[in-house]
Amino acid sequence: MRKCVNTLAAGCLALASAAPATADVGSRLWATGGVTSIEGSAGGGLSPWALLNGYASDEEWGGTVTVSQAKTDDYSLSVTGAGVTWQNRIELTFARQTLDLDSLVFTLKNGFGLEEDELVQDVVGLKVRLAGDVLYSPWGQWSAGLQHKQNREYTVPEAIGSEDDTGTDFYIGGSKLFFAAIAGRNLLVNGTVRATKANQGGLLGFGGDKNNSYEAMAEGSVSLFLTRQWLVGAEYRQKPDNLSFATEDDWWDVFIAWVPDRRVSVTAAWVNLGDIATLKDQTGAYLSLQASF
Amino acid sequence: MRLSLLMLVLASIVLGGCQTANDSRETSPALYEQLGKRTGIADIVEDLLYLIVEDDRINEHFAGVDVEQFHTNLTDQLCSISGGPCTYTGRGMRESHADMNITDTEFNALAENLILAMEANGVPTSAQNRLIGRLVPLYPGIRNL
Repeated sequence: MRKCVNTLAAGCLALASAAPATADVGSRLWATGGVTSIEGSAGGGLSPWALLNGYASDEEWGGTVTVSQAKTDDYSLSVTGAGVTWQNRIELTFARQTLDLDSLVFTLKNGFGLEEDELVQDVVGLKVRLAGDVLYSPWGQWSAGLQHKQNREYTVPEAIGSEDDTGTDFYIGGSKLFFAAIAGRNLLVNGTVRATKANQGGLLGFGGDKNNSYEAMAEGSVSLFLTRQWLVGAEYRQKPDNLSFATEDDWWDVFIAWVPDRRVSVTAAWVNLGDIATLKDQTGAYLSLQASF
Repeated sequence: MRLSLLMLVLASIVLGGCQTANDSRETSPALYEQLGKRTGIADIVEDLLYLIVEDDRINEHFAGVDVEQFHTNLTDQLCSISGGPCTYTGRGMRESHADMNITDTEFNALAENLILAMEANGVPTSAQNRLIGRLVPLYPGIRNL
């Protein structure tokens, strides 16, 4: 299975780099590809949206490459991701997440005798736009997707009670932009329901001693376009709580994104990830750079 | 770091919010005025036509079009839609686009050019958004959906 994920990842990155840098970026309007979430799918920072990445409209190809970094009190998460979208219909993405355990290293060493300082996970994502357009359809845009996740380092998740090193999330989401909704500014609303067994998004494995079944989780965001280059918003992501080792909290953030043109976007956020693996109140800064082609 | 970012976000929201009072008082004619009345709209449409001619995604659809007539019709249409005292005398959107097989790519290209033309003419963001919002209902007819 891991081999399959790696092959897909390599294919995805090869596709991404094969696209000529000088080609026109697609025709969809500015920022309608969202940004890249920490799991690689187009969305906000924490949650996938119904939007597909890049700017490919119905006759075009497009894609994105992204690097992101989150730094909370006791952890740092790095994400590199790439994805392609075909005709604003199908999005294929890959992301590699590396979580530096920083402070948790001592807990693991003293409590479990483990000598691990990072957790690594690969996520392959597929999203299909089912119906509608975020700008032009009265009922917005609707998509369904999956995220197949594979732990590359499983010693720690296994030691704390996770049941599996591999898992797949399934989600369905809707996105709708309301023109001139607040102070003449456009408002983008997203809602997603995700079926998942992932602990802390999968970085702590899948399923656990407390619960080992799929559960439906709600995610949502609202963002306001101050201009077509600047948007501010907030996101929320409900999470399961499968491990008796430590409670898992929901995530939320407030963000500001700058989209000077279609090729580049910069997203900064303040994230609140709650308690993670016994370490309390993980809050911090998030920064993400994305290039589109 | 964290505090200053939050302040930035809050400041943005508050600054955005200050304009709510103004905008909510505005009725239809105000959009027409924000676009510069019929003269302003005619300038926007002129810039739009230059952008269309340069745009290989859509310019072939405009080959052979009577530019002057098209300029007059589109100006009247935007004038009327924005609440101005104009009468659009051209054909309906569904009828005029029936044989053109307009794609999403082409629709987006025109929307982009219209936004760029409004920006070039100094139309405020809120007026741009309100005009686009009023044009969105034309989408199914133009796309022949």
